[in-house]
Order: sequence, then C-alpha cells, then structure tokens
Amino acid sequence: MISKKVTGVEAALKGVKDKMTLMLGGFGLCGIPENAIAELVRIGVKELTCISNNAGVDDFGLGLLLQKHQIKKMISSYVGENEEFERQMLSGELEVELTPQGTLAEKCRAAQAGFPAFYTPAGYGTEVAEGKETREFNGKMYVLEEAFKADFAFVKAWKGDEAGNLIFKGTARNFNPCMCGAADITVAEVEELVPAGELDPNQIHVPGIFVQRIFQGKNYEKRIEQRTVRTRK
Amino acid sequence: MLDKNGIAKRIAKEVKDGYYVNLGIGIPTLVANFVRDDINVEFQSENGVLGMGPFPFEGEEDADIINAGKQTITTLPGASFFDSATSFGMIRGKHVDLTILGAMEVAENGDIANWKIPGKMVKGMGGAMDLVASAENIIVAMMHTNRAGQSKLLKKCTLPLTGVGCVTKIVTNLAVLEVTDRGFLLKERAPGVSVEQIKEATEGTLVVEGEVPEMSV
Repeated sequence: MISKKVTGVEAALKGVKDKMTLMLGGFGLCGIPENAIAELVRIGVKELTCISNNAGVDDFGLGLLLQKHQIKKMISSYVGENEEFERQMLSGELEVELTPQGTLAEKCRAAQAGFPAFYTPAGYGTEVAEGKETREFNGKMYVLEEAFKADFAFVKAWKGDEAGNLIFKGTARNFNPCMCGAADITVAEVEELVPAGELDPNQIHVPGIFVQRIFQGKNYEKRIEQRTVRTRK
Repeated sequence: MLDKNGIAKRIAKEVKDGYYVNLGIGIPTLVANFVRDDINVEFQSENGVLGMGPFPFEGEEDADIINAGKQTITTLPGASFFDSATSFGMIRGKHVDLTILGAMEVAENGDIANWKIPGKMVKGMGGAMDLVASAENIIVAMMHTNRAGQSKLLKKCTLPLTGVGCVTKIVTNLAVLEVTDRGFLLKERAPGVSVEQIKEATEGTLVVEGEVPEMSV
C-alpha cells in the first residue's frame, strides 16, 4: 500500500504559494473543502486563481478568501449569493471567467484523463465561444475547449483510507471526483479517515492513484444555503 | 390568462411516462408538483442527482443532499448520485428526455437568452448553456411579456445569447407556441385569451392556422 496520509491540514497544504492556480470542489456550499479553505486563509497566500463552480457566500466557503483579497481570478459557472464578490468584480479588483457548468466539469476531467482539449456544443454561437475554434460534426457545431492546468486541487470526501481512496456522500460529490488528479497535487480532506483495507474496493468512487495527500478533516460546519422543508400532515 | 402555477400545470402535460426530466429554477421547478402520479418520471438535477423527491420534513434536512438551486431535497426509491462530469454527460449525451427552463427572451428561430443583462451584475450561466446546446426537447416556461410590458417573443434576441436555434416549445401565461421555420406557431390559447391579445404581445412572427383551441389546464 502506498500511503497518502499526512498529519493534518498544515502538512497537506505544504508548497502552496502566491499566484498559484487552485481547484476547489463543491457546489454552492455543499461538499466544499472547508479545512483547506480555512488553512489558505491562515497562511495568507495571495493572487490566487481559483477554479470552483461557485464562489461561496460572504462569510463562508471561498467568500472567506475574497474577504482577505487573496483571489485574483475566479473561474466559475455561477457566482451569485456574494456581495463582496460583486463589489470586487465591479471595481475591477477581481477577474472573473464564466464557464458553462458542464464545460467546467469536463475541463477538470480532461486534465485528469490526459486530454488536452475536447469539443462541446455548449456555448456555440454565444460570447463564450468568441476566439475559440469551432467545428462541425454530423451537422452540429461544437466549440473546442482546453483542459485546465492547476497546481493544487482541494477536494472533500465523506470517507477515505490511507491509500487515498475516496467515497462521497449525496450531492456533496459534485465537482470533487472530476478534480482529483486534475492538478499537479491533489489534496483530499475527509470526514472519516480509515486504515487501508477497511473500505470495500467495490464501493470506491475515486481510486487513490488520483490523490497525493489525504488527511482527517475536523469541525465541519456543512452550512445549508437554502433550507427548504415541507410540513408534516 | 395563466399564473405561474398555471404555466407549470400546462407544461406538466408534456411530461410523459418513462421520461428523465431536468427542471430549471423558477416556474420550471413548479412543474414537479403537477405531474400525473400514474406515470413514472425521474427528475435530474445537474449538481448530481437523479430521482429527486420533495423537500424534506422539518428536522430531516441533510446539507449533503441539495438540488441545483441549493435547496435541501430528498430522494425517491431508485435514485442515484453522481459527479458533475457524469451529470453533464447525461445532458450532453441526450440521455435526459426533456429540459424545462425559464428565459428572458426567445427568438422566432429558437435562439434563447436567459443569463446576462449587460450593465447589470452578471451571475453566470450555470448549466444553462450546456442544457440548451445539448437537449433536443426544450420547453421554455415564461411570462409572455416582461415587467415593462414588452414582448419576450422576438424576431431576434437583444440580450447576449445562451444558445442558438434550440428552443422547440414555449408555454407562457397567454399561449402555447412551437418554434417553426415560419416563426412562432400558435398552438393553444390560455383560458379567456384571444388570438388578438397574443398577436399584440408577440413581437416576433406569429403564425396562426385556422381555429386556435383554448388549452385545457
């Protein structure tokens, strides 16, 4: 067994520097790497480019990095729900590259799987396709999109083992598996870290080969963005 | 004239047995409330769930189980979770049978604009561009006119596009229309709405063939 276990978040983020490009898993506040984000705030790295579907809310998720002006550029599909984000974007402090959600996921997956680029129909005929190569296949038009390049990917899983194998829960899976192995170093934080051999190999969502460092996360807040319920009749 | 629930109720009739359906935010979300319960349908949410159920009972919310609107949800028997690349594989690969979404503008050639108003805060397209570029069966749910009373069914979209030539059907508070080579073909009128009223509210080419039936909702 090749162990990927590191002692904690501090060791897991070793080598993260200013101006790096980071991938961060999560959809809204669901399945975000809470521990890694807190550590990024603590070490104070700046001028980061962050690839993440959303940008958190004002006081949680990537919003915490925005408050400290640590992000130079965001690559996302949807960035509402965050006033500080809006302020920095309108004042020109923050650069934003909006990417269709499926394209964003595939740009991660392509990086993971060794494809330099791929054709997608998403965005054809819109401003997203401006300056990009287009091509017709079977009578339909497609846009050439390139794989991401990133220094670190930070993902959050439900369970993991020392070998770096990961299992996710519910819709907290989202972008996390696509980002594993899509950056030079993938760091996984998990709610429950177990010794190798304890997870059923049949149930693994992400094999450990895609993960370089894994650690036991703590104090998960798992904030709910829109609490919607029905009343019992 | 229909209200938002009326639009959703009419669209629910387009949902057939065995369909996998993706519902956008807003009026489309309401469609789930009106689908006949004697047919089998599964709702997909692009953040990674198929087989979405109703909102959870109070106290049973799970932060790890949400829909694309970031609302807490439940799952039904037969449901599955998957990653974002797989989710958009379902959409791009045309495995989802029906997509229902809202729009700011639709053009008579099927172009749609629903993500950006220049000069206003741009929040992003989310999954809308992937959905409209990939799906073959797209129904737009929207009001016929905007708050200023201007038509949202146009010759040509004025706002930045989300996709080109992709909308097949539109259900508004006034009518059901299909996108054809000749323009918006008027299929049904909302209860109590005349063809004249629809003509007046439609800036794009409106094609009226014979007697236009009033929809049953």
